[in-house]
Amino acid sequence: MTTNGVQSKAGDWRNYKRVLLPPVRDLHRLEVYEAHGGYQTLRDVLTSDRWDPRTVIEEVKKSKLRGRGGAGFPTGLKWSFMPPVDDRPRFLCCNGDESEPGTFKDRQLMEFNPHQIFEGILIACYAMSVRTCYLYVRGEFARWIEHMERELEKLYARGYVGKNIMGTDFSADIVIHKGAGAYICGEESSLMESIEGKRAYPRIKPPFPAQRGLWGYPTTINNVETLANVPLILRNGGEWFASIGAPNHPGPVLYGISGHVNRPGVYEYPTGMLITDLIYEVAGGIRGGKKLKAVIPGGSSTPPLRADMIDGVTMDAESLREAGSMMGTAGLLVLDEDTDMVSWLRRVTHFYAHESCGQCTPCREGTGWLENIVTRIDEGEGRLRDLDLLLDLCDQMEGRTVCALADAAAWPVRYTILRFREEFEAKCKPSLIPSGIDVAPSATSE
Amino acid sequence: IPADQLYFTEEEKQKIARFKEQYLEPAGAVMKTLWLAQEKFGFLPPEVLQLVADELGIPYAQVYGVATFYTQYYKEKKGKYVLDVCTCFTCQVCGGYDILHYLEEKLGIHKGETTPDGLFTLQEVECLGACGSAPVLQVSNGPYVHNLTPEKVDQLLEDL
Ligand SMILES: NC(=O)C1=CN([C@@H]2O[C@H](COP(=O)(O)OP(=O)(O)OC[C@H]3O[C@@H](n4cnc5c(N)ncnc54)[C@H](O)[C@@H]3O)[C@@H](O)[C@H]2O)C=CC1
Ligand SMILES: Cc1cc2nc3c(=O)[nH]c(=O)nc-3n(C[C@H](O)[C@H](O)[C@H](O)COP(=O)(O)O)c2cc1C
Ligand code: SF4
Ligand code: FES
Repeated sequence: MTTNGVQSKAGDWRNYKRVLLPPVRDLHRLEVYEAHGGYQTLRDVLTSDRWDPRTVIEEVKKSKLRGRGGAGFPTGLKWSFMPPVDDRPRFLCCNGDESEPGTFKDRQLMEFNPHQIFEGILIACYAMSVRTCYLYVRGEFARWIEHMERELEKLYARGYVGKNIMGTDFSADIVIHKGAGAYICGEESSLMESIEGKRAYPRIKPPFPAQRGLWGYPTTINNVETLANVPLILRNGGEWFASIGAPNHPGPVLYGISGHVNRPGVYEYPTGMLITDLIYEVAGGIRGGKKLKAVIPGGSSTPPLRADMIDGVTMDAESLREAGSMMGTAGLLVLDEDTDMVSWLRRVTHFYAHESCGQCTPCREGTGWLENIVTRIDEGEGRLRDLDLLLDLCDQMEGRTVCALADAAAWPVRYTILRFREEFEAKCKPSLIPSGIDVAPSATSE
Repeated sequence: IPADQLYFTEEEKQKIARFKEQYLEPAGAVMKTLWLAQEKFGFLPPEVLQLVADELGIPYAQVYGVATFYTQYYKEKKGKYVLDVCTCFTCQVCGGYDILHYLEEKLGIHKGETTPDGLFTLQEVECLGACGSAPVLQVSNGPYVHNLTPEKVDQLLEDL
């Protein structure tokens, strides 16, 4: 498949058949899910001689599934980090906190296909000999939580969750944990603190959760969409999965496309789609026939790409890295030519300043400074040297904190300035003082 | 909250007991119990936090620490309807601030305030995870209203 002579890695995507959000009415109800083969894979995994925990993990490794929560870590490998079974408790957390601005795909799964999440959770529990999984869902998703609670009750009544699942000697509980409004809780160690009933300050890694997780016990954290892929892999085989989309980052993926497009929404396609195909074919092009200015490919923390940087770029870790950004959560924000990148960035910095948990000084202070300085530029009170000051602040923040929120706050600042510098310069006050001479910036005075 | 209303019913206590069973340690149940308490009392003043602490057998300071960490727990009394308007970056570029300002004008209050009749509290919030239908608002930690326009806002206020 080619567009403008450039190779997409998504094959014949126009005829792609959806497997995460299949077009089945009322699939969110257990009866319907079962009528379409739901929980057959779980039954097979639990009862057939072909499967034991080790072979399940091998199959997931073979699929080359990479985490859909943003960091893209290989899922099978992560599962294999769980220590050998002993008499200690072990946990799985399914991460449905979905708070990265520009990301709204997990909610779609919770709404339209929650049982595939549950089935994936149960298979993962079996593979890692886990007896309790917490499904962490952000508190704003109250409506979907209530629905999932009802479906979960049905699963308990049916014997698909709880003691001796499907009459086997495998038992596992699923507990839905409702958040209450804090972006940081999506970070895996913060999420565990939240479940333990504490202020959700992230923990230093290592030790990784497989060594020391919930209440100090072995724990694995996976994103909702990651786990929803698991039943598919076990049903159709790891090789099948690995053959979909981009070879190094394969599988179906939920693209959330938002902003200035004609048809925003969540779309399921293989990885490796051309960004241009997603914008112009899938999402119907830019609203009002305007020109594209920028794309943020994977949520607020991923560096923005200028319109002239996206030709031939596909949605997979490799291609996006080469282009100067990241896959993140595959939530694409599309911005048209009229967008003011300075005030846009101002809102991004406000978000991170608001959501920093305050534990690390470079993050607590840095996110506030970023916001103050970008705000002052946006209001026409900035000076040219503020741009260097911002880049300097980013240097002070990146890689120096407990969790990646500080990096996530710094990247968009760094790359928006580097890639849209003229817009910032146009808003700065003409300054007679050359960059670097005035040593006492009054950044926090506003 | 009047002292004679400051208690959990038997049924609520049973619910809380079940929450505790879902976690390795009772403190794990604090978020669910705070949600339950907020639904019952409307908000979470110190005396309610104390009640939660007693019921779970954990220190007041811990319950207070949790309640103040999260934005959806109300530490003070809010209006009957809380309108959380998203102005985060997708909603921003799709007109979220216009909606916020329209509501400010219409209700005659600023964001963060409650109307004098106690009916509406207006708040600005971060991404609600519904950017595909921006701009979006959420009513009282419950339903979402998508693809907002001034007409839709008028309609919503009428329906409430
Ligand atoms: N879905 C959403 O709403 C959001 C997603 N994100 C994404 O989160 C990403 C950052 O997440 P992090 O968890 O900080 O990334 P990370 O790279 O530290 O970890 C990713 C996963 O791999 C595991 N891991 C990594 N190295 C390991 C090792 N050596 N041994 C054992 N396990 C290891 C971690 O435990 C974690 O589960 C960002 O790239 C961003 O895109 C950020 C904010 C919100
Ligand atoms: C500040 C911050 C917020 C995060 N929020 C989320 C989130 O809302 N949902 C999510 O799945 N992962 C989130 N992550 C990534 C998780 O830490 C973790 O990498 C992920 O849940 C692992 O699952 P996966 O391997 O299946 O992707 C966040 C990371 C950071 C640094
Ligand atoms: S980097 Fe920021 S959000 Fe993360 S632990 Fe430190 S202060 Fe908290
Ligand atoms: S930015 Fe408003 S819902 Fe995501």
